[in-house]
Amino acid sequence: MSARAPILEVSDLRKSYVEGEERIEVLRGVSLTLETGCSLALTGESGSGKSTLLHLVAGLDAADGGAIRIAGQEVTGLSDAGRARLRRDAVGLVFQQFNLIPSLTVGANLAFQSRLAGRHDAAEVARLADRLGLAGLEARYPEQLSGGQQQRVAIGRTLAARPALVLADEPTGNLDEATGDAVLDLMLELVAEAGAGLLMVTHSPRLAARLDGRLHLSGGRVAAA
Amino acid sequence: MTALSALLSHWRAHPVQLAMLLLGLALATALFSGVQAINAEARASYAAAEAVLGQDRLARLVPAEGTARIDEADYVALRRAGWLVSPVLEARATLDGQRVTVLGVDPLTAPPQAGVGALADGDTLADFFTPPGLRFAAAETAARLEGVEPADGLPPGTVLTDIGIAQSLAGAEGQLSRLLLWPDQPEGLRPWQEIAPALRLEEPDAAGDLARLTDSFHLNLTAFGLLSFAVGLFIVHAAVGLAFEQRRSMFRTLRALGLPAGQLMALLLGELTLLALVAGAAGVALGYLLAATLLPDVAATLGGLYGAPVAGSLAIRPEWWAVGLGIALAGTWAAGARSLWRVWALPLLAPAQPRAWARASERALIGQAAAAVALALAAFALAGWGGGLVAGFVLLACLLVAAALALPVLLTGVLLAVQLRVRGVLAGWFLSDTRQQLPGLSLALMALMLALAANIGVGTMVASFRLTFTGWLDQRLAAEIYVSGRDAAEAEALRAWLEPRSDAILPIWSVTGEISGEPGAVFGVKDHATYRDHWPLLAAEPDVWDRVAEGRGVLVNEQGARRLQLSLGDPVRLPAGLELPLAGIYSDYGNPQAQAMVGLERFLAAYPDVPRLAHAVRVAPEEAAGLRTALVDEFGLPPDRVTDQAEAKRFSLQVFERTFAVTAALNVLTLGVAAVALLASLVTLSGMRLPQLAPVWAMGLTRARLARLEMLRTLVLAALTAVVALPVGLGLAWVLLAVINVEAFGWRLPMRVFPSDWARLAGAALLAAALAAALPARRLARLAPADLLRVFARER
Repeated sequence: MSARAPILEVSDLRKSYVEGEERIEVLRGVSLTLETGCSLALTGESGSGKSTLLHLVAGLDAADGGAIRIAGQEVTGLSDAGRARLRRDAVGLVFQQFNLIPSLTVGANLAFQSRLAGRHDAAEVARLADRLGLAGLEARYPEQLSGGQQQRVAIGRTLAARPALVLADEPTGNLDEATGDAVLDLMLELVAEAGAGLLMVTHSPRLAARLDGRLHLSGGRVAAA
Repeated sequence: MTALSALLSHWRAHPVQLAMLLLGLALATALFSGVQAINAEARASYAAAEAVLGQDRLARLVPAEGTARIDEADYVALRRAGWLVSPVLEARATLDGQRVTVLGVDPLTAPPQAGVGALADGDTLADFFTPPGLRFAAAETAARLEGVEPADGLPPGTVLTDIGIAQSLAGAEGQLSRLLLWPDQPEGLRPWQEIAPALRLEEPDAAGDLARLTDSFHLNLTAFGLLSFAVGLFIVHAAVGLAFEQRRSMFRTLRALGLPAGQLMALLLGELTLLALVAGAAGVALGYLLAATLLPDVAATLGGLYGAPVAGSLAIRPEWWAVGLGIALAGTWAAGARSLWRVWALPLLAPAQPRAWARASERALIGQAAAAVALALAAFALAGWGGGLVAGFVLLACLLVAAALALPVLLTGVLLAVQLRVRGVLAGWFLSDTRQQLPGLSLALMALMLALAANIGVGTMVASFRLTFTGWLDQRLAAEIYVSGRDAAEAEALRAWLEPRSDAILPIWSVTGEISGEPGAVFGVKDHATYRDHWPLLAAEPDVWDRVAEGRGVLVNEQGARRLQLSLGDPVRLPAGLELPLAGIYSDYGNPQAQAMVGLERFLAAYPDVPRLAHAVRVAPEEAAGLRTALVDEFGLPPDRVTDQAEAKRFSLQVFERTFAVTAALNVLTLGVAAVALLASLVTLSGMRLPQLAPVWAMGLTRARLARLEMLRTLVLAALTAVVALPVGLGLAWVLLAVINVEAFGWRLPMRVFPSDWARLAGAALLAAALAAALPARRLARLAPADLLRVFARER
């Protein structure tokens, strides 16, 4: 990785959940750094804390300890409203389940987050739709698309808002290998074009190898990759 | 058992949904069975009144038309001629300061079928007719009166005693109401018509006049009960539909694992039946409490309006329990039929389609719109060409069901139209998401719309009626004092005493009998400015009062004219062979029977024996109070014999308010049920909403803001529903005023509108919606992020 300004800095991050009477330590002091324009794969077995780490970075949940800084801004101390603002303004999320808004058309889904963030650019959305192979499908509803098409809408929705950091949780996990590869190619290409950082959770060593770096989690700690 | 426990596990996981389903069904059953309990109690009271002294089994001789009472001399003459007859006096009297019906009998001559012997025999017989005599009444009435013993078989508010004592109590010495005829009479008797020509024979009547007279009142109550039940069923339909929808994948899995479709259906039907029985039993118990609360008002209404005696307390009747449980079962099965059919037709390999339900509902919208148009056309047709009370209620049902079916179509249209015009991204999402929520909420919104429409309709009807009634009372009760003598001599003395002390004495003398074949009463009317200036005429010949005063015309009340289909100039047949052309029609609210008014001279010529007891007295208003006191002092009149104008109006308005107290209570309860329906749907939907809300939350909206939007969504839908409910409610009011009231009571009232009432109701609807939405919204605002994150992890 080149020595550029870090877009994401995580240090000694800890998170635990209580289930019944048992406290489960999910993250036990995880630290990482991601530079602007770089990509990092988060790998590890189920329950190793990958998704939890991603959710904490996205401000979807609050950490028990440690620190997260995105573009130099401290995230861990933010209120609920502050974390919501962070999600709106600084980060973009791509989920395994696509999580499109079923009541909106493809066009409205593509433009949704950029409009929410107040950074809507119709020409950019149209360009992204074209790059993602979605041109002509804008009037359809998500359920009328294939899985690969739906994930491309989710990627377009995220990138249209021009986030500094893209967080992807197994974005190809619901797709077959060929479609998944095609979707990942597109995502990497567009993220690179946007100059954003990418943190991607994946089970696949093959896919992880295509990113700039890789961090392996085991039992809530960073293990040797 | 395994499959059953899998099915029932849904309810263990969703206890609030189960509670809402049971609550909805219980409330629906409670409102329906409560009304049924009131009706059953009232009808049982009528039956007791009709059966007292065996009147439903014994023929009797009654006064001929044109006279109020039988002269005791006729009774003596018949007995002497060998006729086995027994005298009865039925009259109003005041005992311990309370107005009661005194029923005087003679146990020595009463036929066994009259059942009097059971009350007074053996040692008590002498006590019975020796003053002060024994007095019997229903337990409830006896408890309120001193020296009255409880007895079975008597209607409430009636005191049974010896005939002589009754005559004395009622101030009706020498007078009888009827003579009971023994079924077996000695042979060879001189015909009774020759001995007492002033009498006529009345055959036993099992159906009863009271039952007939009050039919329309009870039909109205039943219609309200059914409306409330229908509103409640919306909750059940919504809750059952959602529970089935949520378990769709479970049904598919059970089928895939080898459970036959028939067995699955049987299990689901069994589950519905069990729920219906549990909720139905609770509903019937609630209905009992409701009926017990409302019954005193209904009893007062029936007493005031029809003179019908109804007990103020409620008996538990097994048939009423059976009907309550039956309607709960039928309602649940009906509400679940569509869901059961969808399970039966469920394709085993259908892919999971999150919007399938919404899409199916979109298709259903077209069908709903078509059905709504068809029903609206049917309503128009009935309004134009229908006739009769049943047609009126069918018209009402068509109107309400059409409006309910049209509501989701209208809401979808409005939301879509607004969505196409808004620019904001959140507003666009809000509107599109609201449209997607409509299928899940539409049943609850329909219930709210029906409840609001019923409130507007009935409220408009009652308020229009109140305004008309108050104006009518001012016209009708123009005299300052109303006084009645206890007997003819006292009345004569009253007239003589009042002559120099008043501006005018207006007789209120009447005879009962048939008016062109309809039972009714004929009054003699003095030619006086009180009538010429004030009487509430709806239609009249130009010189109506001259015609009446000169005996050339008769006035008939509105309900009589409608029932007899009389137009001005038509001949009207009155008792004792009198026939006069119709000169005018007047409004006469609160009286179910036909009534006619004839000029006093012509009246007295036709009915010379009319009791001349009651009078209206005109006097300067400032002198009225003094004159009333003087009357009481001079003649020692009991309070009920002298009434001033204000008191009479107060009493009439009291009767009016009580008449509509029950409908007002049912209105409020129906609105409450609709609020519960909304709460039930929102609570159930809130669990299914997370997959739709979580992505928006992830993209930067706080949970609190989402919760506020959810609250706003419910308020917007409730407000739009209230807007739709307004014209429906006004249509309902028109049907009630112009169709149902005319058919049921015989009077038509002008419709007035009360926008301030609508504003209040809309406020109540929004408050109800806000309360219903508050719980799910609060839950969303406080939802742990981990619960929302599960949506992305697909752990749900």
